[in-house]
Amino acid sequence: MIEFLQQLGKNTRTGFTKLGRGTFFLLQTISGILSVLPRPRLLFNQMYSVGVLSFLIITISGLFVGMVLGLQGYYTLSDFGAEESLGVMVAASLVRELGPVVSALLFAGRAGSALTAEIGLMKATEQLSGMEMMAVDPIKRIISPRFLAGFLSMPLLAALFSAVGIIGGQLVGSGLLGVDEGAYWSQMQAKLDFQDDIINGVIKSVVFGFAASWIALFEGYDAIPTSEGVSRATTRTVVNSAFSILGLDFILTTLMFGDK
Amino acid sequence: MDNSVSPQNSLVSVQNLSFSRGNKKIFDDISLEFERGKITAIMGPSGTGKTTLLKLIGGQLFPEQGTIIVDGNNVHRLRRSELYNLRKRMGMLFQSGALLTDMNVFDNVAFPLREHTHLPESMIRTLVLMKLQAVGLRGARNLMPNELSGGMARRIALARAIALDPMMIMYDEPFTGQDPISKGALVHLIKSLNTILSLTSIIVSHDVQETAAIADYIYVISEGKVVGQGTPKEIEQSESDWVQQFMTGAADGPAHFHYPAKDYVDDLLSTGKRY
Repeated sequence: MIEFLQQLGKNTRTGFTKLGRGTFFLLQTISGILSVLPRPRLLFNQMYSVGVLSFLIITISGLFVGMVLGLQGYYTLSDFGAEESLGVMVAASLVRELGPVVSALLFAGRAGSALTAEIGLMKATEQLSGMEMMAVDPIKRIISPRFLAGFLSMPLLAALFSAVGIIGGQLVGSGLLGVDEGAYWSQMQAKLDFQDDIINGVIKSVVFGFAASWIALFEGYDAIPTSEGVSRATTRTVVNSAFSILGLDFILTTLMFGDK
Repeated sequence: MDNSVSPQNSLVSVQNLSFSRGNKKIFDDISLEFERGKITAIMGPSGTGKTTLLKLIGGQLFPEQGTIIVDGNNVHRLRRSELYNLRKRMGMLFQSGALLTDMNVFDNVAFPLREHTHLPESMIRTLVLMKLQAVGLRGARNLMPNELSGGMARRIALARAIALDPMMIMYDEPFTGQDPISKGALVHLIKSLNTILSLTSIIVSHDVQETAAIADYIYVISEGKVVGQGTPKEIEQSESDWVQQFMTGAADGPAHFHYPAKDYVDDLLSTGKRY
């Protein structure tokens, strides 16, 4: 029993220490953003590797998720003769929930794990240390541009995911199952609210982008500088990002749609 | 204590330094002097904290006690911007080279120049080619770090370390894992750069022959203490068992061959637990 309590105390302390280090790291990273702004090339390079390289996985996944939504939605709605509302159903699910959440999960798996591995390996091969000894602050030079890139890319990727998903839903709904194309689009236009649906979805993806980039960069920076340490850190990035994204999604959804 | 290095003329001065990692005492109240314009070597077995010493001098780690003075500055009392300014005048060659893997050789050497100066690209090109010529790798400028051999990577890193014309260079195990030709090239480079650029060099190493060949002064460190110091000749003739064991590479001596354990016979005959 005592041993269990000791272990519990130890784990709690380790957890809080890590949270403290992470917060300190985040503050340094955010303050480093100022020095990225005069050097947009640093940002563009990272936007390419974090954002543009995630383009394919986001587009393909978005298309399939939209097609599945179209199919499942049609079967349910047609029982009530409401298949004309397919457009609203597909678009609302994507813009409010699936777009931000699924694209953030994919982002954590594709870009987040790559960021952790990259930073972890830079640490393991003394590149970060070497930079410090060259009087270059690795947080400003390496971490902040990547953080900003992740943070800016996420809403764009989520928007892409939702847009492609809506087209996927339409392909299946109108193309295969015979829902009226005009109804698909016009009902969507009439029922979806810019503020409640679109903006809230964008806010979600911004928050997820913030969390996923922070976790990925911190895990890399905090990794034990060995190959085993880096591989563990990469795993932790994906697991912790997934938990945070889903947890934050619940909180944000409650705040945004709770009073309806 | 032997005072053949005068503190007045030293560029780096380590005074009464203590440092621990966990429960292990890495340095226990040691004092070292590194004279201007000279090559000073720190030698000792693996795990004696030689790399840690370089990180302490570079201000990447904080000592528990003691001070480190570099060119008149107390490294651990400096503000961050002052420390960074000091570091611009300190080169460091890491064991792995620590080249940035996403840039080619040219950009790696140009990196400190681009970060710290506003020189036009044409001048950066000239400077980089000069530094690469000094290490004999001007022809390798377009290669990526993963295309370089270990010895080449270290020479490129050396070119990068001298890019800002520092006053001193710290070498972390420059000879480890090198073939004889690369070792020879590095020995030659360290010596000639030290003379030509009038640098102060600190070499941390356990390669006895190579280091003794070029060092002006050697400190032998073990278990957090200085166990021997002097010119290479004095070290060679040292009467200390410890220094003798290190220099000749004897398997047993003051540094034991066996990791501490209980009595061998008792251990074999004891029963019970699996280990």
